[in-house]
Amino acid sequence: MILRAEWLKLCTVRGWMAGLAAVPLIMVALGVLFASGSTMSCMDGTREVDCPAPPADSSGRSVQDRLTFVNRELDGDGSITAKVGGLDGTITYPPPNHDEIVRGVVPWAKAGLMIKDGTGPGADYAAVMLTGTHGVRMQSAFTRDKAGPPLREAWLRLTRHGDEITGYVSDNGADYQKIDSVRLDGLPATARIGLFVTSPSGYTVDERAEGGHAVSARWTQATAEFSRISPGGAWTDSLVGYSDYRTTWEQTHPPGYTESGGVITVAGSGEIGPDSENGLAIERTLTGAFAALLPLLVVAALCGSAEFRHGMIRTTLAAIPRPLRLSAAKAAVIGAAALVTGLVAVAVTMPVTVGMLRSHAVVVLAAPWPTVLRVAIGTAVLLSLAALFAYGLASLLRRAVPAIVITTVLVLAPPILAATSVLPATAGVWLLRLTPGAAFAIQQSLPSYPQASRPQTVLDGYYPLSPWAGLGVLALYALAALTAATWRLHRDMTPSSQPAASSERGATSERGASSERGNPSERAASSEGGVRPRGSLRQDSA
Amino acid sequence: MATIEVNGLRKRYGAAVALDGMTFTVRPGHVTGFVGPNGAGKSTTLRTIIGLDRPDAGTAIIGGRRYAELAHPMRHCGALLDPHALHPARSGRNHLLWLAASQGLPARRADEVLGLTGLADAGRRAAGGYSLGMRQRLGVAAALLGDPPVLLLDEPFNGLDPAGIVWMRGLLRDLAAEGRSVLVSSHLMSELQDMAGHVVVAGHGRVIADAGVDDLIGEYASLEAAYLELTAGVGGIR
Repeated sequence: MILRAEWLKLCTVRGWMAGLAAVPLIMVALGVLFASGSTMSCMDGTREVDCPAPPADSSGRSVQDRLTFVNRELDGDGSITAKVGGLDGTITYPPPNHDEIVRGVVPWAKAGLMIKDGTGPGADYAAVMLTGTHGVRMQSAFTRDKAGPPLREAWLRLTRHGDEITGYVSDNGADYQKIDSVRLDGLPATARIGLFVTSPSGYTVDERAEGGHAVSARWTQATAEFSRISPGGAWTDSLVGYSDYRTTWEQTHPPGYTESGGVITVAGSGEIGPDSENGLAIERTLTGAFAALLPLLVVAALCGSAEFRHGMIRTTLAAIPRPLRLSAAKAAVIGAAALVTGLVAVAVTMPVTVGMLRSHAVVVLAAPWPTVLRVAIGTAVLLSLAALFAYGLASLLRRAVPAIVITTVLVLAPPILAATSVLPATAGVWLLRLTPGAAFAIQQSLPSYPQASRPQTVLDGYYPLSPWAGLGVLALYALAALTAATWRLHRDMTPSSQPAASSERGATSERGASSERGNPSERAASSEGGVRPRGSLRQDSA
Repeated sequence: MATIEVNGLRKRYGAAVALDGMTFTVRPGHVTGFVGPNGAGKSTTLRTIIGLDRPDAGTAIIGGRRYAELAHPMRHCGALLDPHALHPARSGRNHLLWLAASQGLPARRADEVLGLTGLADAGRRAAGGYSLGMRQRLGVAAALLGDPPVLLLDEPFNGLDPAGIVWMRGLLRDLAAEGRSVLVSSHLMSELQDMAGHVVVAGHGRVIADAGVDDLIGEYASLEAAYLELTAGVGGIR
């Protein structure tokens, strides 16, 4: 009943309904504008082509999966053991002068043993490996990474027992220590097992004096030597995920393997992990949420402050003399209206924009469906919580304009400042931890991984808090504002704190507001001009 | 039939005493006038009755219960305290519709009271464009929404044109005649003299006189004369 009354209040003010309707319109319009202006093309050698969609793993996530895989069939359970070492390689034109090809390995160059569901890019795998500078690791499923001992050369072993793959390491070839054990659900009875080498791009980050940073990447190749391979046997050479194009270096040092005297040397180049660079993240289609928040915050703040204009709150409290239930009902109505508005906005914007991007040959990175759902619903929840924050603050301050300014600054400014490099990165990180703007983390579809080579700072669009934790920060702000507003309304219904109001039309609430606005300014006047402040009683009863 | 029992209300705002033992009873069947100088505590009393002000001491009871305890208060007590307390962008009818919803009343009640108060045509216009007289009518419509046995009206004649005053006088008299308790605060003694059966005269936050209109007229010739005599020397609380 109170809910219905508050709902009627909301939808019988035409300006407020127009403001709510503007939310999906702005979001769709900006999404369409973004999509229609986006193009993407790739070079295949010297030819410009439409960018190929990156492969997807079994969860539907776009991944990078490029490696030299010297493999054979493994039927049923089994294992492979090899001594891996001599990890070396080539880095093309690194800093400082960018003028020569040098010998060296990048930190996440990888060489080791792998079991994989076939040799197609994106196929499930588990692997144990040496890395450039991160020691021995066991990795699987493109995102999982477990550290082993920091060896430069090691005996590695990978075993399959049913769906369970276990990686071992030894520094002497006799005593093996388990690194990790992972389940590869759905790995067929016959899988591929073997030796692999790959090497991601070498990245350098240049801090710019005017703020922000420039990321540069360069092609690298790694080689490694495998010996004492047990069981030995016939190998197939698979270039997983390679295109036909070869760099100048590769024309003389092709990817693949050579064998001499029981030592197999493998050369490879590429990355194994989630793809964040060969397409647009899905949340880019919802960037319009920033602008769409503005009318929403205005409407929510007006809903809060309108009660305290014209003494409306007296009519409301006479009808519903229960401040707590009244506040709860009002918040529920505003929160629900904003949530529905947000859901409509997202439900239209996302498919329309993604469709337009694809028709322009722009690659949209695939994410697992729970992630897409989280981004979509989370964006609507973000709008709802931001509306509640604005409503709560406007009810607390009993004025709309300061509430709109404060919520806009706190919610929208931090992510914009952090992403546009206006602030130093550390300041941006703290803003996105402490301010309600942290909530935009809910839109980040690409999690950061420590084993990824690319920089993943706040300047690169990675939020310091996890998606739900970020949303939780905004929820806490909204809750605090709502609680304070409810407390103030409740307090004003009690006599002790009620300032003087003896004029015939004195209003409970307006008196409270005017006395709090009045007193500080009077104090200021007294300290400046030496005028003795008037007593609050006289002021309030005047 | 429901009465309003105001019993020993006390309220201070800082050093100023707004209510100082205000005590009276409003009985059904006639209009009770509530008069007194500005600052006598009339509006504070009315606000206290419907729970918008909490007294430091004393009680205000409507039909045996406190206003704030009522699940649907506007079905027990309708009040017109401030005709401007509405959102100017909302139409008069929508203003009544949300109030009706808050009391669990059907939407047709809004149209019924609009008709009763002569706002059937204006009801769909934004209330911000209403004259004071129309706002008074809308306030009365809101007070009547729940068909309550008790009515509180603060200065209902303000802003009404002569026809409106005649209409309001007849309406209040009829409502009382239906067996309702009707408390009307006003400065218009001549209006009250024609309409009210009983008068409570307040000053300095307490009751100075509580008597039948006929008794006062018999003693002082007119209600106005009685009022001026009784409140001589009683100023506002400022």
